[in-house]
Amino acid sequence: MKKLSVRRRHPLAAFVVLLLALAATGGLYATLAPADEAQAETSAQSLAIEEGKRLYEVGCSSCHGRGAQGGSDGPSLVGVGAASVDFQVGTGRMPMAQTGPQAPEKPAVYTQAEIDQLAAYIASLGPGPNVPEESAYDPARGDAARGGELFRSNCSQCHNFVGSGGALTNGKEAPSLRDVEPRYIFEAMLTGPQNMPSFPDTTLTEQDKLDIIAWLDEVATSESPSPGGFSLGGYGPVGEGLFAWTFGIGALIAVAVWIGARSTKARKS
Amino acid sequence: MSTATESPKTTADAPKNRGKAPAGERVADWADGRLGIYSLAKANMRKIFPDHWSFLLGEICLYSFVILILTGVYLTLFFVPSMAEVEYHGSFEPMQGLLMSEAYASALDINFEVRGGLLVRQIHHWAALIFVVGIFLHMFRVFFTGAFRKPREVNWLFGFLLLVLAIFTGLTGYSLPDDSLSGIGIRLMEAAILAVPVVGSYLQMFIFGGEFPGHDIIPRFFVTHVLLLPGIMLGLVVAHLILIVYHKHTHYAGPGRTNENVVGYPLLPVYMAKAGGFFFLVFGVITMIAATVTINPIWLLGPYRPDQVSTDAQPDWYLGFSEGLVRMMPGWEWVIPGGYTLNFGLLIPLAVFPAMLAVIGLYPFFESWVTKDKREHHIAQRPRNSPTRTGLGVAWLTAFGVTTIGGGNDLFAVHFNLSINAITWFCRIGFFVLPVLAFFITRRICMGLQRRDRDKVLHGRETGIIKRLPHGEFVEVHQPLPQDQLHVLTSHDQATPMEVGPETDENGVRRRINPVERVRARLSRTYYGEQAQIPKPTSEEYHEITSGHGHH
Ligand code: HEC
Ligand code: HEC
Ligand code: HEM
Repeated sequence: MKKLSVRRRHPLAAFVVLLLALAATGGLYATLAPADEAQAETSAQSLAIEEGKRLYEVGCSSCHGRGAQGGSDGPSLVGVGAASVDFQVGTGRMPMAQTGPQAPEKPAVYTQAEIDQLAAYIASLGPGPNVPEESAYDPARGDAARGGELFRSNCSQCHNFVGSGGALTNGKEAPSLRDVEPRYIFEAMLTGPQNMPSFPDTTLTEQDKLDIIAWLDEVATSESPSPGGFSLGGYGPVGEGLFAWTFGIGALIAVAVWIGARSTKARKS
Repeated sequence: MSTATESPKTTADAPKNRGKAPAGERVADWADGRLGIYSLAKANMRKIFPDHWSFLLGEICLYSFVILILTGVYLTLFFVPSMAEVEYHGSFEPMQGLLMSEAYASALDINFEVRGGLLVRQIHHWAALIFVVGIFLHMFRVFFTGAFRKPREVNWLFGFLLLVLAIFTGLTGYSLPDDSLSGIGIRLMEAAILAVPVVGSYLQMFIFGGEFPGHDIIPRFFVTHVLLLPGIMLGLVVAHLILIVYHKHTHYAGPGRTNENVVGYPLLPVYMAKAGGFFFLVFGVITMIAATVTINPIWLLGPYRPDQVSTDAQPDWYLGFSEGLVRMMPGWEWVIPGGYTLNFGLLIPLAVFPAMLAVIGLYPFFESWVTKDKREHHIAQRPRNSPTRTGLGVAWLTAFGVTTIGGGNDLFAVHFNLSINAITWFCRIGFFVLPVLAFFITRRICMGLQRRDRDKVLHGRETGIIKRLPHGEFVEVHQPLPQDQLHVLTSHDQATPMEVGPETDENGVRRRINPVERVRARLSRTYYGEQAQIPKPTSEEYHEITSGHGHH
């Protein structure tokens, strides 16, 4: 007790008490505040929705209609979810520039902040898949071998075994998946853009999706090892045949012409 | 020299006269005494081989064939032709723990475990593609120069068999690793077999030894690929080469180069030195390609499973046309009474595919039947001087090209931003229309070239020098061709078309003319008639014009 009473008189005592008091109020605030913070969040959310709505009306409503109910030039976006918007606008497919067999990829028009706002607005219209957490598409958490198997069962019939892409009917195509960000791979599976079927968690579980992403990360990026040398784009035997008919035989004929021209005169003996 | 074996007397004298013979000579003596090499070598060492780069195309085939055998032997040491299921635990991470056939697992091991395995695999596959490219170019060189005519028809047939066998060796080889492309290919083959009416399903059971895929097909393909077909091919290659030596090689026309001789370099030493060098160059080029460019990356394709497919599942290029025939053909199906299905979608491609090949083998016999040409030919023709044949060749190539494009329709759609449906329709129509167009256009071009040759002979070469005559007229100076070029341009012979004879006999009675003969006469006209031959200048014409009355 003595010790304590001595310290009570210490010049810094008042200061320490003050600190403790502050910490206590801070802690109290922290436990009591969530209501307030939620309020702040909802207001940020509604601000985002407001902003998103504004962006939507300028950039998208001409096709997708007011209130995203759909129009003659674009489908209804009610219930497509934030993930779909994040994918479509993030990969530059939306806003679509002109009508064609399918909306092509192009450099994104909106910043990520604006995309989030658009996504928030569309999500507010009806429930749909959300933008995934980062951990949901981290390739390091997947099993590439299993992913390859799943990819060949579910995706390669359109996208080719290493995701080099392929043709669909009437000028539509499944694009190359080389260097597509894991986040968009995840969202593409989740939302099924355009002619691609969607693979909700009931079809491919979260782990399945992670595995597929891990496989693509292993074989379909610019950093993927290519033990055999130049890959010729991974288009299979057609590309190889073209190479044989051009560079392959070309080099050999050049050599043949060279040999043919290199004539030592045969002396009569 | 090895006089020793010929006469004992000289042998006895030899040491006295010149001491001990050098070691090389003694070895040669030893071998000759037992194998009779000398007379063989004497007869063949001075065989002449003419010099032209296009005559080296056959050698490209020969050397790629040798490379294929060498690398194939190496691969055989490590490949396990078995469909037994194993779990993969090799060093290739993205396949860890997958179930696969032993064949596929051992193919992966060749890539990642066997020293030099990946390189050898890639050399083998690139050499296979280049081999068949070489065969094609070689064959068309022979075709367009008429080198298949008597006496070389049999050698043409040997060559044709080599082409067909090469295609099937390629097909079986492609199927061996049991990756997903292999399996998809075998599956299509199975479907085609099943489409054969009546015997289809029996054939399928016979070949696969049970339901698809079964356990037998890979071991069976293995034996076919490494033993049966290469063995037959080796025999045919030897026969092909023996016949070349026997017939002697054709050569292009030129001064002193006649139908009775061959002008070129002796087989030994000049030609052998060149050929040996060329072998190493071919090996080098193919190895360089294999060391830098991936071919058939089976480690990315995954093991075959009948429930999995992929885009870009095409055969190697030489079967692209068969794939194209299947893709182009509408999927017609008839169910005939009794419940049998006739699957025309596969049946018709299955019939057209061998037909497209067979016409190649039969062509020399067709041409000699039409032209009634039974003479021997040792001068290689210039393609322009046989416009109908050249046109037919180009027409065939066009049909082949169209079907090959049809086989890669998806890639062409993606890379040229076209609709795959449009490409398929283009190929369907093009298959019938384009070869006909190609035939007539080619013939026109040949005729144009013949006309130019005629002009060149009669009026000489345009020098580009303009001269003004005293009375003011401008003329271009033409320089007469040198003698050897005149010879090249005029040495070919021109036949006259066959006639069926008069419609009526001497009594005015209608003769019975065999309709087949009529067809033959008609065809003969397409080969030798006015639309196929510009009469080459006669020496009278030449002298009249070059004696120079006011020509320019
Ligand atoms: C030129 C007309 C056009 C414009 C502008 C446009 N879109 Fe679209 N959008 C379409 C069409 C058409 C589709 C349907 C594409 C398809 O399925 O082939 C579509 C599809 C979508 C989808 C996918 C719907 C689904 O079912 O998953 C989303 C999300 C979307 N658009 C969002 C947007 C957003 C956000 C904007 C504004 C930034 C926008 N679009 C601008 C025409 C347009
Ligand atoms: C029926 C064919 C089909 C199947 C099956 C399919 N896709 Fe797609 N995929 C498409 C098409 C078509 C598009 C283009 C959509 C667009 O442009 O909006 C696409 C787009 C994508 C994209 C976006 C690529 C980019 O460049 O932004 C990804 C990622 C993707 N698919 C992944 C997958 C995965 C993973 C699977 C398997 C789980 C799969 N797809 C299965 C047809 C398919
Ligand atoms: C395994 C494949 C083949 C090999 C290794 C091969 C090899 C050769 C070689 C080295 C020559 C002499 C050089 C030359 O004229 O180019 C030759 C000539 C010849 N080949 Fe082939 N060939 C093959 C396939 C074919 C095919 C597919 C055909 C035709 C269907 C063919 C028909 C001929 C003919 C007729 C000659 C004689 C040419 C002449 O004397 O002008 N060959 N072959």
